[in-house]
Amino acid sequence: MGQVDLGRQAALLLLADGRLPAGGYAHSGGLEPAVIAGRVRNMADLEAFLTGRAQTAGLVAAAFAAAACARASRDDLAALPELEAEFDARIPSPELRKVSRDLGRQLQRAMGSIHPHRYFSALGRAPHQPLVMGVAASVLGLGPQDAALAILHDNNAGAAAAAKLMRVDPFEVHAILARATGPLDDLARRAAETADADPADLPAPSAPLADIAAEHHRRADARLFAS
Amino acid sequence: MHDHPSHNETRALRLGVAGPVGTGKSSVIAAICRQLRDEFALGVITNDIYTDEDARFLKSAGVLPAERIRAVETGSCPHTAIRDDVTMNLIAVEDMERDFAPLDIVLVESGGDNLTATFSPALVDAQIFVLDVAGGGDVARKGGPGISGADLLVINKIDLGEHVDVDVDRMVADATSARKGGPVLALSRKRPETVEQLCAWVREMHKTYAAGGHIPVDPGPMAPHHHGEGDGHTHSHGHSHGHSHSHGYTHSHD
Ligand SMILES: Nc1nc2c(ncn2[C@@H]2O[C@H](COP(=O)(O)OP(=O)(O)OP(=O)(O)O)[C@@H](O)[C@H]2O)c(=O)[nH]1
Ligand SMILES: [Mg+2]
Repeated sequence: MGQVDLGRQAALLLLADGRLPAGGYAHSGGLEPAVIAGRVRNMADLEAFLTGRAQTAGLVAAAFAAAACARASRDDLAALPELEAEFDARIPSPELRKVSRDLGRQLQRAMGSIHPHRYFSALGRAPHQPLVMGVAASVLGLGPQDAALAILHDNNAGAAAAAKLMRVDPFEVHAILARATGPLDDLARRAAETADADPADLPAPSAPLADIAAEHHRRADARLFAS
Repeated sequence: MHDHPSHNETRALRLGVAGPVGTGKSSVIAAICRQLRDEFALGVITNDIYTDEDARFLKSAGVLPAERIRAVETGSCPHTAIRDDVTMNLIAVEDMERDFAPLDIVLVESGGDNLTATFSPALVDAQIFVLDVAGGGDVARKGGPGISGADLLVINKIDLGEHVDVDVDRMVADATSARKGGPVLALSRKRPETVEQLCAWVREMHKTYAAGGHIPVDPGPMAPHHHGEGDGHTHSHGHSHGHSHSHGYTHSHD
């Protein structure tokens, strides 16, 4: 669909690259509060944390990215507000809703300059990150599964924050990420299967502790990461 | 299209203030606000690494209404936030310009970092790099993109020179030669005339900018070593535009 065909795989790599200037480096995806609370102390904890996050918040984000991508690809932007509302409903923590909108706005601002397209402003003032990812994927000529994989990867790669938060061997952190590649592909496939579903029927698994931790983190006096 | 105003009614002069931890970035911004708030419509963005200390300091100093001082939380990467990935700061600046339009100057304080951290020209139009005498007299000579390429180099806390065995005149001379004659300002909040010089520079920069005569200069990546050939030529910025704010500030022109 994109007016310029940037090539599919390369476009996906562009979108998922942690160096894409969209401000992701300021976030740990909930890892910092989990480390501070003593719930993540070692590599086994870290792997469990990341697996759990991918299967809950990750899958939800992936499903909404896929759904937004599918709609953008058939020029159906009128459906986005409903996706926004449904996504809001899946995040109990006001803090996490704000983080998602902040990251979304940043991705929108970055992609709007990197690869201008009217869809980016059609997203409104502060859209949720997975929706922007879905639209960005579509604009780059990618499909729902790509959009899902991009957001799953983006969330997961934030695990590199572990190097700043724990006594770790960074190779071990990436070993965990390497083991997660298969499961992330599976989750992206699952997310793509519901891309055309009614927004109310999109997946909604949750991890309440992550929401509570995010609220605590916001109130912390000092922190290395914004979330 | 997403709007990112380039040069219109609501676009302020975006002035970055960078430099190592504790050299006086917040103090420089506080001084500028205190002295110039009746002359210019101002806004401030601070970059906070670990706490919102900087924004709090400026708010409690009462130099501007609190809502005109906003903090951006950069995580542990203050250099990334002003250089490789300026999106968070850019949004903060654009929001500030829109919410308080029309603003004349938006000051952006970077998180304290090392000598290589400078602002991207995508974020600011001009930048001040702040060193202090307490960091040692030889820091200015070491160079680096901020020292050699910022629009203004401030050597702060000169009142402390004698206490830390730093010959301030020497340090200024070293800095001036590392900058090939670019402006260097010896500053102390205890010497009002130096604060006035700082404000004069900001006024001049704003004037140049508003007239459309200022083109952002990128200090760029780590500068090559200077070998002190001492040829005394002025710094070429790679463009031929009028650049009235620059050159020989220490030689007390205008
Ligand atoms: N003696 C003296 N102290 C100064 C002067 N300017 C600033 N200071 C002090 O230097 C300390 C650091 O000043 P700040 O303005 O907070 O420095 P900063 O660069 O913003 O610090 P970070 O944001 O933490 O990197 C404070 O205790 C100031 O009071 C000066 O001209 N003379
Ligand atoms: Mg400060």
